Amino acid sequence: MRRVETTTRPVRRSGRTGRVPVALLAPAVLGLLFLVLPLAGLLARTPWNTLPQRLTAPGVLTALRLSVQTATLATLLCLVLGVPLAWLLARVEFPGRRLVRALVTVPLVLPPVVGGVALLLVFGRRGVVGGWLDATFGITLPFTTAGVVLAEAFVAMPFLVVAVEGALRSADVRYEEAAATLGAGRWTTFTHVTLPLVGPGIAAGAVLCWARALGEFGATITFAGNFPGRTQTMPLAVYLALETDPQAAIVLSLVLLAVSVAILASLRDRWVGT
Amino acid sequence: MTLRPRPRPGSRPRTARGLLAALAALVLTVTACGDATRPGAGGGSGSGGDLTVFAAASLTDVFTTIGRDFEAATPGVRVTFNFAGSSALATQIDQGAPADVLASAAPEPMRTVTDAGNADGSPTVFARNQLVIAVPEGNPRGVTGLADLTAPGMKVALCAAQVPCGTAARSVLDAAGVHLTPVTLEQDVRSALAKVRLGEVDAALVYRTDVRAADAEVDGVGFPESSGAVNDYPIVVLRNAPNPTAARAFVAYVATGPGRAALAAAGFQVP
Repeated sequence: MRRVETTTRPVRRSGRTGRVPVALLAPAVLGLLFLVLPLAGLLARTPWNTLPQRLTAPGVLTALRLSVQTATLATLLCLVLGVPLAWLLARVEFPGRRLVRALVTVPLVLPPVVGGVALLLVFGRRGVVGGWLDATFGITLPFTTAGVVLAEAFVAMPFLVVAVEGALRSADVRYEEAAATLGAGRWTTFTHVTLPLVGPGIAAGAVLCWARALGEFGATITFAGNFPGRTQTMPLAVYLALETDPQAAIVLSLVLLAVSVAILASLRDRWVGT
Repeated sequence: MTLRPRPRPGSRPRTARGLLAALAALVLTVTACGDATRPGAGGGSGSGGDLTVFAAASLTDVFTTIGRDFEAATPGVRVTFNFAGSSALATQIDQGAPADVLASAAPEPMRTVTDAGNADGSPTVFARNQLVIAVPEGNPRGVTGLADLTAPGMKVALCAAQVPCGTAARSVLDAAGVHLTPVTLEQDVRSALAKVRLGEVDAALVYRTDVRAADAEVDGVGFPESSGAVNDYPIVVLRNAPNPTAARAFVAYVATGPGRAALAAAGFQVP
């Protein structure tokens, strides 16, 4: 797996003038069409005249509310666990660091359904951790909203860790060194220097993480099941609506598309600006 | 992915923006006439060749067997299956998926396909199935009927109302006057069964044949109300079938030929 580019070296802009070769332009345009066309298709097939009624249907709001809640909770969980993990990977030399970094990014490339199965085998009633939770505290995670949060956090956390680690690596370590020379301990340095320094990176990672959590389907339906109001998030609602009411599925998809575009717009400066 | 610590000032060249606008216009034009082109009919290499069968999840094992037998009996034909919830299959077909045959677990998904004019001829009922309560091997919670499913702490998986096994489950529960809140509504019958096999739920309402397919890990508990919701399985050749000859041969093989024995052996009632 390729490591994320973290350098701040200015990228040399060559070939700004002169004609764009057709051999590059044609596939580039095709590629863009390929990415944009399905989204345009979604817009073209949206039943605009019945949109207000469909959007306010009780099932839609329930699924949307649950999605937003679980994605937010998953992001908080990822922040609490992921930022220290990113710091560890970026700032502490330890044996096997490359391996740990690779392990952290596994959920990024793992098919989410596989993630869901893996979660079931560990946090399910017969799982190593799940069995213990059930026997000791009577807590079961599958088929609960907490299970949704867990599934979403599992697939979304690598996004945050990768983003924050990138930000940490490109941040100027001299500030931290200065703080250390002035007598600040590692914890104080982390909270007073490092965190403010990489704040924007953390924010970007959190938004990305939230977006990924919002769109999570495979791990959620496998691990948390599907029950309206409890575990049925928007993507699950889209999938099931498609079976009987494709129009409703299109409307639900449109909502998710709108949210995604809004997120992209909020990150415009970091991701689209250059 | 490149992350920069702080946003870089500086703007995009104006020409790029113009290009984007032009592309957006192009995209809209293309989508406007996109509906005229029909997908489907792709990949088929005439008769003989490949046969694509869309079949209900509950047919997974028996159709895999039948498909192998059919291939052996019909040299040159290669059968590919797409197993999923019947309603998902019907939607895929109505959206232009290139399939030759649809075998549904209930008449309703089939009806959406025939109503949309996507079937060639009228469907034939080739099998019937009934719900049972699937419980882990040995029935550890002593389930004897539908009423036991509402016991405190009992976790039950049902199919979602959008798929045939969910519709059937709803109607038997209503008929029995049992008010059951499941922990999950699965997208097809095999997912519901899998939750029992993994030990994540204590029971699920699935077809008798599904329990038989997972004999070693689950037991089936029959209940009288199930006779009130017997599922008819219709099969049909699709209008845009890339390989209609093989499709007809397959339907005949399943509905009137040697496929019947395999279906009966799997626990289906064969008409």
